[in-house]
Amino acid sequence: MSKNTHETDATGGLKGFLARRREGLMHGVFAVAACVSIICVILICVFLFGNAIPTLREIGLLNFLSGTTWRPGNDIYGILPMILGSIYVTAGALVVGVPIALLTSIFMARFCPKRILRPLTAAVNLLAGIPSVVYGFFGLTVMVPMVREHLGGNGNSMLTASLLLGMMILPTIIGVALSSIRAVPESYYEGSLALGASHERSVFFVVFPAAKSGVMAGVILGVGRAIGETMAVIMVAGNQPRMPKGILEGVRTLTTNIVMEMGYASGMHRDALIATAAVLFVFILIINFSFSMMKRRSEK
Amino acid sequence: MSEKTLRARRRRDPLSVFLRVIVWLAALITVGVFVALVGYILIKGVPNLSLDLFQLKYTSDNCSMLPAIFNTIYMTLLSLVVAVPLGIFSAIYLTEYARRGNKLVKVVRLTTETLQGIPSIVYGLFGYLFFLVQLQWGYSLLAGAMTLAIMILPLIMRTTEEAVLSVPDGYREGSFALGAGRLRTIFRIVLPTAIPGILAGVILAIGRIVGETAALIYTAGTYAQTADSLFSPVRTLSVHMYVLSSEGLHIDQAYATAAVLLIVVVGINALSAAVAKSIVKRRG
Repeated sequence: MSKNTHETDATGGLKGFLARRREGLMHGVFAVAACVSIICVILICVFLFGNAIPTLREIGLLNFLSGTTWRPGNDIYGILPMILGSIYVTAGALVVGVPIALLTSIFMARFCPKRILRPLTAAVNLLAGIPSVVYGFFGLTVMVPMVREHLGGNGNSMLTASLLLGMMILPTIIGVALSSIRAVPESYYEGSLALGASHERSVFFVVFPAAKSGVMAGVILGVGRAIGETMAVIMVAGNQPRMPKGILEGVRTLTTNIVMEMGYASGMHRDALIATAAVLFVFILIINFSFSMMKRRSEK
Repeated sequence: MSEKTLRARRRRDPLSVFLRVIVWLAALITVGVFVALVGYILIKGVPNLSLDLFQLKYTSDNCSMLPAIFNTIYMTLLSLVVAVPLGIFSAIYLTEYARRGNKLVKVVRLTTETLQGIPSIVYGLFGYLFFLVQLQWGYSLLAGAMTLAIMILPLIMRTTEEAVLSVPDGYREGSFALGAGRLRTIFRIVLPTAIPGILAGVILAIGRIVGETAALIYTAGTYAQTADSLFSPVRTLSVHMYVLSSEGLHIDQAYATAAVLLIVVVGINALSAAVAKSIVKRRG
């Protein structure tokens, strides 16, 4: 620590001593501030897992994860329907969102006329800023009736949730994919042109594959967003706690399970909801981990 | 073969044409999503704005959003008061004090990355378990603000770090050469230079706070009046919006509230982008 404060030695005497003390003190304050984020993560883990593990022990981890019935009234807690619900809805969101997002990022990187680029970038950024309740409200008032009229069912369905989440993850994926496509050295593109490939072929078969780790990182980030999204899904998914039946039927995800029932739950029921959040948290940790692996690989 | 015919032949290559068509289509869809969303909410919402929606007291008749707006402002200020100094200080530690290969820095980076990926409902549940159950604060402005402070901390840390790193080393060296200590250099030279970048991050954080719902429902509650103390249960504008639309009784007011929320959040984000751009311009 003292090495960092040698600049003040010049003043010498009492004043220098005080200055050194102040430097040392603030160094400590900065270090403590840096530790706050560590403390937060530890607290979150302790409180989530500390509450969830006794519950899981009581219910039995396997029963909890593979139970197909969620009936808190009868003390039956199986979250497989919600796990599948989250996975299906997220997969649906990827089917909808990934192609559009990747093609849009290719467009923005290599096809976009200069005049359009700025408004397009602004639109994508603003799309990222729109609150999830507003997305949810749009889904509720526009997409649910649309699905109901044209495709049947009551509109609150897996399909609607997937479509809405697909829209919501667009800016996330575009942001990461775009910067990794832009980071591909220009020589790749030029080399391909020199070999006689067209602009389109060069971009798609040379530049884009070179950016694939970064693009994957973007997709994984999108998965994290989709699986963690709560408010928008709750407004359009129907939220029935049963095994997912079909894409036009209602579905409940891990996140919505918590919000739906936390308000009135008590005792074991409440603990089971906290355990649901712990399961979600583990999912997210895995996704985060793969995201940073991918990012590291793309930076190499 | 002249270059012109070569290029023409390349254009006719069916695969190339197809690829060009699909990227344009994808971009159109992206823009279409934006236009549809914003357009729909504004067209449906703005005509429904009325004076009733801006009364000082909320009643189930007027569905006033003014108390929720005040609460949102309190919530934002309170979260920022906690998160901004912490975020700036820790970013200073990471950039100005820590040496290369410092173990603590690695751990901090790992944890901020983790914090950034945690979904807001998990923050909400943690806030409930920690602030409400453990500390017995009850549904309150304070519990909500603390939860949000943790949520925006990594964002502020990252943007501050980027801003501080972009301050040229020559500034620091000049300051040291004139006899200033490390602390004085940081507060008089580095931070003032980095302020626009930090500000852009803070504005982005405000956007996150204003738009947040899931983390607040079980920490700040859904009580619809203006807060009169740190421990009053409150609902922010986003939560108000959610409650209105899930009740389904006041759909016109819900449209209007959505429009206000959208305008505020989009405005905040545009402001952040403008601030960030002004830095680039100045540097450029």
